[in-house]
Amino acid sequence: MGNKNKISLLIFALIIFTLPAILQNNYHLMVLNVAALNIMVVIGLNLLMGYAGQISLGHAAFFGLGAYLSAIFTATCGFPLWPAMIMAMVIAGIVAYTIGIPTLKLEGHYLVMATLGFNIIIYIVMVQFDAVTGGPSGFAGIPRLRLGDFTFQSDRQIYYLFWALSIAVLFFSMNLTHSRVGRAMAALSHNEIAAGCAGIDTDGYKVKIFVISGVLASLAGSLYAHYITFISPGTFGFFYSIQVVTMVLVGGMASLWGSVFGAILLTLLPEVLHAVQEYNVLIYGLILMAVLVFFPRGLFPGIAGVFAKRRTAVPPDSREQLALEKRVWCRK
Amino acid sequence: MTLSLQIFQFILSGLTTGSTYALIAIGFSLIHNATGIVNFAQGEFVMLGGMFMITFYTFLKLPMLLGFVLTVFSVAAVGLLLERGPIRHARSKEILILVMITIGASIFIKGFSMILWGKNPMTLPPFSGEAPIVFLGAAVMPQSIWIFGITIGVVAALNYFFKGTMTGKAMRAVAASRRSAMLTGIPVDRMILLSFTLSGALGAVAGIILTPITTTSYDVGVMLGLKGFSAAILGGYGSMPGAVVGGLLLGILESLAAGLISSEYKDALAFLILLTALFFKPSGIMGRGRLRQV
Repeated sequence: MGNKNKISLLIFALIIFTLPAILQNNYHLMVLNVAALNIMVVIGLNLLMGYAGQISLGHAAFFGLGAYLSAIFTATCGFPLWPAMIMAMVIAGIVAYTIGIPTLKLEGHYLVMATLGFNIIIYIVMVQFDAVTGGPSGFAGIPRLRLGDFTFQSDRQIYYLFWALSIAVLFFSMNLTHSRVGRAMAALSHNEIAAGCAGIDTDGYKVKIFVISGVLASLAGSLYAHYITFISPGTFGFFYSIQVVTMVLVGGMASLWGSVFGAILLTLLPEVLHAVQEYNVLIYGLILMAVLVFFPRGLFPGIAGVFAKRRTAVPPDSREQLALEKRVWCRK
Repeated sequence: MTLSLQIFQFILSGLTTGSTYALIAIGFSLIHNATGIVNFAQGEFVMLGGMFMITFYTFLKLPMLLGFVLTVFSVAAVGLLLERGPIRHARSKEILILVMITIGASIFIKGFSMILWGKNPMTLPPFSGEAPIVFLGAAVMPQSIWIFGITIGVVAALNYFFKGTMTGKAMRAVAASRRSAMLTGIPVDRMILLSFTLSGALGAVAGIILTPITTTSYDVGVMLGLKGFSAAILGGYGSMPGAVVGGLLLGILESLAAGLISSEYKDALAFLILLTALFFKPSGIMGRGRLRQV
């Protein structure tokens, strides 16, 4: 992890932790709390999409798995809070491993459909298995987050906890991408065959990244459940999976800062566009398509590129990359 | 009713829905063979088929046959626009990006349909009456016979198209190798465009024949797309006979599971079959194991 990133992270943390002093409205804090959770999910997903080159349309299911499992463990079974969350994460990890093993070994995008199907299954179970999940009417009475004797009551207290955690996740991911594992992942995303020839266990890394991203989504889901204290299946449907994928793409694949930007932007966007609730789905589809067609590398790197251009006349490798991508299209 | 008769009845109804899965699966295979991408909007084509038919037949009171033809053309046009618009103009031709674009298109179509046709489920009257025909002791709806017959007709026509016409052969050449096809002078771009258009038309047919027995609404596309994809995987991705076998098999398994085990978890089964197929035989029933190209 370079010095530049360390400084950026420090500045980011400073801004984030001074914000509550300015924001007096609890509602604004709540939206930002949700944004912090989305950042965790989106960073995990970006590791998968940006580095392993695989799409998951089932992250809402992992998010939901974390929420429901830790709700069931604490409220129904009476387990203590943090161990319950860890158990939920372990189960989500095992599930991701089981789905990842057969699908990630295959060439092509089988994971997309497998995860989409998984998301639909989990949703069906949430709705139908009402003896345990509360069915369509939801699961209420989930205990609040607690640390020792201290209970997180207000949105303000939660704000510090969630943002500390999500900055920690950001820090962890930055370290990961700058480690041996990260370099292996970068090689993998550039050219899988070459990476395999260089002795990188490509299948193994893909599965590992998928497990990590599933576990991160599960953690965010557990935190969500204990924050809102009420969950219902609607939150964990297919549309949330699309939303997080859009956040990754708007932020730019393989760009962790982009993920932070994408998650915050697209969490705030619906609040701004309150008037067009009905058109929500339509607008998401349009944004997703437009960004992909015109900015395949994401909005954030696009904006960053404008500033970079001023310093270096030719954008580093973009032209070469585009030529390469064109060839990929004609190959086969 | 005896158990064996019941099972016979389930198999018959499974063949009915299975036929439409087969049509959807063929649509997936067409686009996959031409471009290598998984077209997520395939399920939306099916939804649009039902919706356009309702618009033409129920709202505009056009004759059924005319409505059928207009619907097929309209949805084929949607497929054409998808290729001509976002897919062709994408700055990056990476498979991952193109797959994501079709996901974006599918959400867009869904959102658009919700605004245009509302959220309520809608249905079409069956093509010819509702009196069931008794066949070997089992009751068969006339619509089932229509579905089965139209599917056989479409598959036969496609078979002729791919084996007997120059354009069909050119499309197969593109599927075999895009580069070699280009070198022999086949207009690859036009073949890709044609594959999207044909997939749209196939989706429309599936949607029109399925709607009288299941009803339709703006959000059925995802599920139907997933079922068609599972059928394609089960049969062998990219293979036409595989798509038909996979579709019928999936329909039968699903219908048996719904009847004998639990109807609430019926939809979950399609995914379980998909995962099992990926686990044990990823190349599918009819597919040959593909060599990895370096």
